[in-house]
Amino acid sequence: MYGLYEDEEILIKAVKKVRAEGLKIHDCYTPFPVHGLDDAMGLRMTKLHSAGFIFGATGTLTALSFILWITTNNYPINYGGKPYLSLPSWIPITFELTVLFASVGMFLTYLYLNRLAPGMKSEIIDERTTCHMFAMTFEIDDHTTDAKKAEIRKVLSDSGAVEIHEKEL
Amino acid sequence: MFVSPLREPLIQGHKTYKQISDDICAPVETKPSKAWFLATTLSGLLAINGFVMIGLTITYGIGLWGLNKTVGWAWDITNFVWWIGIGHAGTLISAILLLFRQKWRTGVNRSAEAMTIFAVMCASFFPIIHMGRVWLAFFIFPYPNTRGPVWVNFNSPLLWDVFAISTYFTVSLVFWYTGLIPDLALIRDRAKSAFTKKMYNIFCFGWKGTAKNWQRFESISLVLAGLSTPLVLSVHTIVSFDFATSVIPGWHTTIFPPYFVAGAIFSGFAMVLTLMLVVRRVFNLQEYITLGHIESMNKVIILTGSIVGVAYITELFTAWYSGNPYEQYAFLNRSMGPYWWSYWGMMTCNVVSPQLFWVRKLRRSVVFTFFMSIFINVGMWFERFVIIVTSTHRDFIVSSWTMYYPTTVEIFIYIGTIGFFMTLFLIFAKVAPVIAVAEVKSILKTAGDQYTGPNAVHKQDDHSHH
Repeated sequence: MYGLYEDEEILIKAVKKVRAEGLKIHDCYTPFPVHGLDDAMGLRMTKLHSAGFIFGATGTLTALSFILWITTNNYPINYGGKPYLSLPSWIPITFELTVLFASVGMFLTYLYLNRLAPGMKSEIIDERTTCHMFAMTFEIDDHTTDAKKAEIRKVLSDSGAVEIHEKEL
Repeated sequence: MFVSPLREPLIQGHKTYKQISDDICAPVETKPSKAWFLATTLSGLLAINGFVMIGLTITYGIGLWGLNKTVGWAWDITNFVWWIGIGHAGTLISAILLLFRQKWRTGVNRSAEAMTIFAVMCASFFPIIHMGRVWLAFFIFPYPNTRGPVWVNFNSPLLWDVFAISTYFTVSLVFWYTGLIPDLALIRDRAKSAFTKKMYNIFCFGWKGTAKNWQRFESISLVLAGLSTPLVLSVHTIVSFDFATSVIPGWHTTIFPPYFVAGAIFSGFAMVLTLMLVVRRVFNLQEYITLGHIESMNKVIILTGSIVGVAYITELFTAWYSGNPYEQYAFLNRSMGPYWWSYWGMMTCNVVSPQLFWVRKLRRSVVFTFFMSIFINVGMWFERFVIIVTSTHRDFIVSSWTMYYPTTVEIFIYIGTIGFFMTLFLIFAKVAPVIAVAEVKSILKTAGDQYTGPNAVHKQDDHSHH
């Protein structure tokens, strides 16, 4: 069951109201990132950026150890009498690999966490939620009592939902 | 969030969320016009011609170019640096302006990032075809091999460039596509035909837009912006190292990195303006890419153009002050030698023209900005030509002095890359929204003209976030 709202500010207020009444929101669908919605829904902060840091550090270590092994061990070459271990001239490549690993690794993690991939079947709640509508959804099943459904419907319409639908996914 | 009433609204026409989607998706959802087909065909033909010329170069070797023993780098590297420079504006707009919380970036970032990706593709042709034996191009990557193993030289700026450009391309692509996913989902959900729906669902990776999706979206956008900011500065720094670490008079200077970065952003903004002024008119997006946007970009042009101007004069002064006769001659030769026209062309286009933007009226004039943007791109092309050709064509030994003239093959390869760039941009403009729809919607409440500015109908306090 879901309610559609026309404005993100009404949605945030509605989310707070619904949670205050002790109902469990399944999810919210919005056409753009709504600041403060994750706080209102009580979502934990994402750990995605930590993944980014780990990937970046992997890139740094990969670059440094790889160049170190090649220039001092596997293929040492004397470039104009300069030392084999010439750290300053490794910095550009080390930096680039850090950025490359962090970005690509984080992007793949992002796709994985959001279950995004080419050809992924998307369960679209309502086609207007990527355009101009904001949806708040509730999970209901055969065991959900009519009284419970009525309660959800009431709190949705009281908090400003313009449409309320039930849809099986 | 409080917004100063002095700030100009960035979205005009009292738009609702629905209208924003309708307006920006319209070019994608309507049939391409005759003018679009004509432009695409024309630029496609130029691109094909360019590829034929590249084919000739690969078949017969770079003897088809005007290079000689003294001038070993000329048009190809000029074009490479020119295209890479143009690419820099996209990342600057999407990354650095995101960190600085400049909201006007939402109107232009999508196209600017697309431009970056296409420009880097055009740039990458040149060093590869200059190698001559293109089929051995993979030798530039360090991979385990049976030739010794022989590894690449990790102390060479040319190798750093390989890493910088390939990282830059990959990260720009990732950044661009991350933002594109929700907007492709929007087109999917608006699509009427089942086929369009299916295609866009493949390309939007099945985006749903849940609160958690968006939270991660915000997180990755911020981190990618943070990573891209030093990346964009590093890329042109490393490109400048290709010259600065050599011992050629005119190249061997420590101001090259900041000078190249400023020049890159300068030329990139000029190209963004050239494209956006056409796009906003053809697609009727004047309410999203306003005169305020154009003015902001022109201000960046004043800043970077002035840095470039100061760099030219510093170079000249340092050459004189160094007391090094070769260095002094390199600069005398640039300004008074046989290539004087390219030096003065560069000076006029890059030093004089951006200063005209101090006048507010000119900054906000669409026609004037359009012509200036083309001037600047011509000037920045001259700059690279001046740096590369005039520094090399008169060698240390007078007996090796020579002139460099481009051949038809070289000219058509260059024109071909412009055609390739335009073809890709025209196709992009018809299959994906040229403005980041979701991001524009997210600034509506703070930058829409019904909420801020002289035409505001809602009081700001009514819409503060809690």
